[in-house]
Amino acid sequence: MAALHFHFDIDGEDFSSAGEASVEMKKKLRQLGFPSDVIRRCSIAMYEGEINMVIHANGGNADVDVYPDKIVIVLEDHGPGIPNVELAMQEGYSTATEQIHNMGFGAGMGLPNMKRYTESLEIETQVGVGTKLTMVVAV
Amino acid sequence: MTVRELAQALALEPVCEAEPDREVTGGYTGDLLSWVMGRAQSGDAWVTIMSNNNVIAVATLTDVALVILAEDVHPDPGVAELAERKGINLYRSPEAAFPLCAKVAALL
Repeated sequence: MAALHFHFDIDGEDFSSAGEASVEMKKKLRQLGFPSDVIRRCSIAMYEGEINMVIHANGGNADVDVYPDKIVIVLEDHGPGIPNVELAMQEGYSTATEQIHNMGFGAGMGLPNMKRYTESLEIETQVGVGTKLTMVVAV
Repeated sequence: MTVRELAQALALEPVCEAEPDREVTGGYTGDLLSWVMGRAQSGDAWVTIMSNNNVIAVATLTDVALVILAEDVHPDPGVAELAERKGINLYRSPEAAFPLCAKVAALL
């Protein structure tokens, strides 16, 4: 069955509006009648990705494909890339600045949360080129 | 207990009363937004000292019943308007987070 596709541009300039795409996706999933647990897991995964793109990569794109049995979220940016993925996956590890910490972010929970709340998380990254995350949430 | 009843019982100052008849079913406290994002539950009263726009995004995504800014924190400029647009119940209190949470817990 063909997927429903949603595309979102993540604005890297405006940190205060970060989360807009996640809120929009949540609304669409709710309209489509998905169970609240599925919507919650998608929202958490997408929000963490969105915040990461704003903090580290000056924004990017999010593409969400909705199937009856799964939701696939692809986040792509042209930021600095992740030099050490294993380190970045550790809870508590963060390269965010003091200013970001003061806003309540940079706890080093982003990627771990994405992994925890999805069935799979695939990271393709190249230093100086960008990062592509593919996450699957089963319905 | 509804948001309105909780707000009255705790003498909370309303910043945005978007949906005061909503039921409060639990509570959560925390300021690290990723932590809150992963753990706060729908229907919770969320007590925090964070005051920026991102609080409203997290409140929307977690579907908490209301946000209480503790410790006499004031919302940053534009946050009240954003809460209005997103339909988020937002209140503030001069009380410290710990006694405030204890009172929320006792009321629920």
